[in-house]
Amino acid sequence: MTSTSDERPLLRVRGLTVGFPTAAGTVDVVKSLDFDLARGGALGIVGESGSGKSMTSLAIMGLLPKGAKRTGSIEFDGTELSELREREMQAVRGDRIAMVFQDPLSSLNPYYTVGTQISEAYLSHRTGVTRRQARKVAIEAMERVHIRNAPRRVDHYPHQFSGGMRQRVMIAMTLSMEPDLIIADEPTTALDVTVQAQILDLLAEIRRDTGAGLILITHDLAVVSEVADHLIVMREGDLVEQGAAERIFCDPQEDYTRMLLDAVPRIDDEIGLLRTAAVETGTAEEDR
Amino acid sequence: MIRFLVNRLLGMAVVLFLVCVFTYVIFFVLSPDPAVQICGKNCTPEAIDRIRANLGLDQPFWSQFWTFLTGLFAGRTYGTGANLIDCAAPCLGYSFQSSQPVTEMILQRLPVSATVAIGAAVLWLLAGVSAGLVSAVREGRFTDRFITGLTLTGMSIPNYVLGLSLQFLLVVTLGWLPFPHAVAFGDDPVQWFANFLMPWIVLSIGAAAVYTRLTRANVIETLQENYVRTARAKGLRPGLVWRRHALRPALTPIVTIFGMDFAGLLGGALITETVFGLNGVGKLAADSITKNDQPVIMGVTLLAAFLVVVGNMIVDLLYTTIDPRVRVGSAT
Ligand SMILES: Nc1ncnc2c1ncn2[C@@H]1O[C@H](COP(=O)(O)OP(=O)(O)OP(=O)(O)O)[C@@H](O)[C@H]1O
Ligand SMILES: [Mg+2]
Repeated sequence: MTSTSDERPLLRVRGLTVGFPTAAGTVDVVKSLDFDLARGGALGIVGESGSGKSMTSLAIMGLLPKGAKRTGSIEFDGTELSELREREMQAVRGDRIAMVFQDPLSSLNPYYTVGTQISEAYLSHRTGVTRRQARKVAIEAMERVHIRNAPRRVDHYPHQFSGGMRQRVMIAMTLSMEPDLIIADEPTTALDVTVQAQILDLLAEIRRDTGAGLILITHDLAVVSEVADHLIVMREGDLVEQGAAERIFCDPQEDYTRMLLDAVPRIDDEIGLLRTAAVETGTAEEDR
Repeated sequence: MIRFLVNRLLGMAVVLFLVCVFTYVIFFVLSPDPAVQICGKNCTPEAIDRIRANLGLDQPFWSQFWTFLTGLFAGRTYGTGANLIDCAAPCLGYSFQSSQPVTEMILQRLPVSATVAIGAAVLWLLAGVSAGLVSAVREGRFTDRFITGLTLTGMSIPNYVLGLSLQFLLVVTLGWLPFPHAVAFGDDPVQWFANFLMPWIVLSIGAAAVYTRLTRANVIETLQENYVRTARAKGLRPGLVWRRHALRPALTPIVTIFGMDFAGLLGGALITETVFGLNGVGKLAADSITKNDQPVIMGVTLLAAFLVVVGNMIVDLLYTTIDPRVRVGSAT
């Protein structure tokens, strides 16, 4: 799968529809979505709660809840994902497309050390890897997300980390495999405002360093303005507006987008404030 | 960890002490005068007084309780002179009806009870958890419904009904199993197994049904957890997602409940042993109740309390090793 053509987008979604069968017929929660993500690009998906953002990302991962019907085309790096069998999709998940979920506490298994959970993907996608190597990979991944004392922290359990640190662990999980695409579904919603900025910086940094494409899902335009260069705005499963992030910020075409923008108070000063706060604390977020 | 252990052991000692006090009070207050019982029909008030003095029953309550308590740890004697009866530690009392120390009576019957209880526990855990797993995997399909139907039946049949009907069916009508009679494991393992098979089934069936439903519910619920989704998002094989991320969290609470239920087995054992004529602690208790043999009833009660408390303690310790969130002494 070494398509060299850089013209071709990393991800090309056409007519993506997700529906749930109900007594009153199928209800579509994602309606014929079209969008592209360039290689190394960062796409923001915004929209109010229930607009179908999570379903879009789960559709790409092939992890839709039971009963959901998916139609349309999802072309990833030249491969049509909707035609893959489950076994083939497993090989893509975690290895080439990785996902960061909203609530880091419930998304981590309380019974295993973070090291085990970070190296899990590595162990299962690479053959002939020793536990030692996997552990080293886990420690490296933790260092890359700036968790201090990684060689010691690798043996700790999720409950021994603070919220922001847990989300770093989640991000470290995606890094062990060097994925081409990282999907982050509301990665900062469950976190304190100061910690939010740090996590966003981290995502931006990883994208810069690895060249991975990034899909950042959020209902908070302030969040997305930090990282994304392209935006799509969703409402009730429909794509309302899409374009360069800057353009949408300065000149939104739709009332709905304007409404979302208005919901963001003083984006610039607030982010500026957060930025200073983040710099001051550095990654010194309490190392519990 | 050491401190935790010490704390737990101290707590356990306190609970056991309180159990002793309460049990003793109950039997002290409620029991008919043992001296009258021992004295028999042709009895004079003087004879009764003599017996009371012999047994220390004329002493105040706390003094009697103290003698009882020291008897537990150091042993004690009953009566004086030629009638002196020695009761070695741990002395749970002396049955004048059977002329035997209670501890000895219990110890004689404990192996049978332990065999019944442990066998039943193994059976119910194996049957319950595996049926629950199958049910969860086949959620909503025929197999699931069939198992659910079985569990409803299992939970609603009383022990003695099941015991008697099984015995009638398998032994009397079909002749598949020999009529139970005491055999040591070493003498004839097959007969030994055949003897215990029915008690095991009878004693475990209710709990197995409960555990089936518990396992099913836990597994189905755990599969909805976000961390299971995370595991799938990593591209793990479904088998691995199941084993590692669904099974362990789903089965952990079952370990806890199992420890408590196991201690509670004695109650069920009472009926089962009686039905199958097995000479275990349960039967001893039942017989003593019929004969109104106070010291024995009290001894069995204390033993049961002891088992429950120790059982809970073991579960606590087990839990701290299984669930990292309650693990103590780990760096935080
Ligand atoms: N299992 C399901 N069965 C039926 N409908 C569902 C199911 N899961 C989600 N939905 C519906 O799909 C719609 C889109 O949900 P989705 O989770 O994608 O929203 P979202 O944009 O991510 O919202 P949020 O910001 O709250 O996360 C919602 O209206 C939701 O009610
Ligand atoms: Mg969502």
